[in-house]
Amino acid sequence: MKIGRYAFAALVALIFVFLLGPLIVIIWASFFADKILSFPPSGYTTSWFGAAWAISDFANGFLMSVKVGACATVVSLLLGVPAALAVERYSFPGRETIRQVLLSPMYVPAIVAGAAVYIYFVEFEIFTGFQLAATFGGLVIAHSLIALPWTMRLVCASLVTANTVSEEAARSLGANAVQTFFLVTLPIIRPGIIAAAMFSFIASFSDLEKSLFLVGPGKTTLPIAIVNYLEWSLDPTISAVATVQILIIGTALIVSDRFVKLGKAF
Amino acid sequence: MSGVTLSNIRKTYGELAAVDDVSIEIRDGELLALLGPSGCGKTTTLRMIAGFVAPTAGTIRFGERDVTSIPVHKRNVGMVFQGYALFPHLTVAKNVEFGLRVRSWDKERKARRVAEMLRWVQLDALAERSPRALSGGQQQRVALARAMAIEPDVLLLDEPFSALDAKLRTQMRKEIRDLQQDAGITSVFVTHDQAEAMAIADRIGVMSHGKLEQLGSAEDLYKRPVSRFVAGFIGKCNFVEGRVVGAQRFESAEGLALQFGGEHAAGAAALCFRPEHAVLEAGAPASGNSLPVTVKSVTYLGPSTDFEVLSDSGQTLLVSAASGTGHAPSSVAPGQKLRLNWRPEDSFVVA
Repeated sequence: MKIGRYAFAALVALIFVFLLGPLIVIIWASFFADKILSFPPSGYTTSWFGAAWAISDFANGFLMSVKVGACATVVSLLLGVPAALAVERYSFPGRETIRQVLLSPMYVPAIVAGAAVYIYFVEFEIFTGFQLAATFGGLVIAHSLIALPWTMRLVCASLVTANTVSEEAARSLGANAVQTFFLVTLPIIRPGIIAAAMFSFIASFSDLEKSLFLVGPGKTTLPIAIVNYLEWSLDPTISAVATVQILIIGTALIVSDRFVKLGKAF
Repeated sequence: MSGVTLSNIRKTYGELAAVDDVSIEIRDGELLALLGPSGCGKTTTLRMIAGFVAPTAGTIRFGERDVTSIPVHKRNVGMVFQGYALFPHLTVAKNVEFGLRVRSWDKERKARRVAEMLRWVQLDALAERSPRALSGGQQQRVALARAMAIEPDVLLLDEPFSALDAKLRTQMRKEIRDLQQDAGITSVFVTHDQAEAMAIADRIGVMSHGKLEQLGSAEDLYKRPVSRFVAGFIGKCNFVEGRVVGAQRFESAEGLALQFGGEHAAGAAALCFRPEHAVLEAGAPASGNSLPVTVKSVTYLGPSTDFEVLSDSGQTLLVSAASGTGHAPSSVAPGQKLRLNWRPEDSFVVA
């Protein structure tokens, strides 16, 4: 029994090392003084963070990622919350199909979806003369697709937990459908919506594959700026950029977890 | 205030009739219980009165007002839900205020009404608490205050005591009954617990398979059940299978002649009697019903002693002897052969 428990603890520890090891190494490496990554480092510095910001591709990429992420989050909430409400609270023909379609961007490999969206944008442009590929609007559309399934998942989960009987109580007290939504449903599922917003942002902010096809000159997101930079150089600047990215995503995750126990949503 | 009239209401889901042609006239100020096992249609009936479920056929009227096609939020019903359904994000006072808020009452009138309702259920001290910080009984009183704040035409209660523990349940029963009487509001409550229904309802409607089996006072249902279902559902009952052979004359399946009170058409039927109307004795009485039985088990319960006895045909019958009445020999033991005697006037026949 005892040996079994130790073995289990060791396995769990190993999994954690496997998962967190690379992150720790990257964060550590971002403070190395040497320009060529070497171990052990000859000293430590924080200057790579400043250096990274000075490279316009990173600074612009970061701002672009934040802007696209924010827009995609808003779009995914505007579409995802009503959609989640519809599939959880009403019954109509095609309901399950709609649910699966809205969740499907999560299942389709991102690189495939990225290529598909790109081809679609090109065809769209041929027919209408309206350019979407390599524009900010096009990126927001693609990133909204990345974010939407997360919003659906989290808002659906919180609607399931918030049982319909509170809504019925509101109705019996004289509230119409709109009042019921704003006075009862929305406040009750608010934690789920906040978590959905955080996840939508994270999913967009960290996306590489879908964006690969859709960025254009001067309209590059941060992950793509990182890949571009990596093609030519490998120094702690990249670690510094990655560290900032890890911190932002980590913060968003911790905030989400405060509102929704993430373990319950999946 | 007004009564509620259900006229031939039906609700079908595909082939299945959840509620089948139910008509009930609920009197002004009356507390009516809808009683039955799960799936009997009682909750669907309540939800039709509330307006959550539209009847397939039939009409529902509050007083003279036909509300059949009026949506729930315009129907003016107060409903206490199973588990109460208090709004977790609002305080006790805001919960009670909710119905007034959506009715756009002015601030002062709202405040007055909320204070009045909280005083009524004796929760004025807890107005600013979150519902989560309240006990089950307190939550129920908030739910009642919230439902009654809107001055509803009818109060509906869906299994109102099921979330409470046994002791609190008895206390809340009385409390709800007193508050209902105080407000004088026409009320319908749904329960599967016959003791609960008998304890607080003016009249009870027993439902089974979507149909209203019988409607009457607790005493009517207990003393004069119209069907085998009601006889078995309201209290305990012994059934002796056989047939009616003449005026108040019954013949059991094994050929024993028995008598019963009341009238019943000839033919196959069951003669019923309550456990507390039967006595275990050494011999048969000069007149009256009697069966030879073998004692199977004896359970001393304090106020009474319950016996399970086996008839010669192998049927288990129940006898309940109140302590101190001498309705059973004090030394009855399992295996003993005795006579089970009861009076014809305590017997009734159901088809």
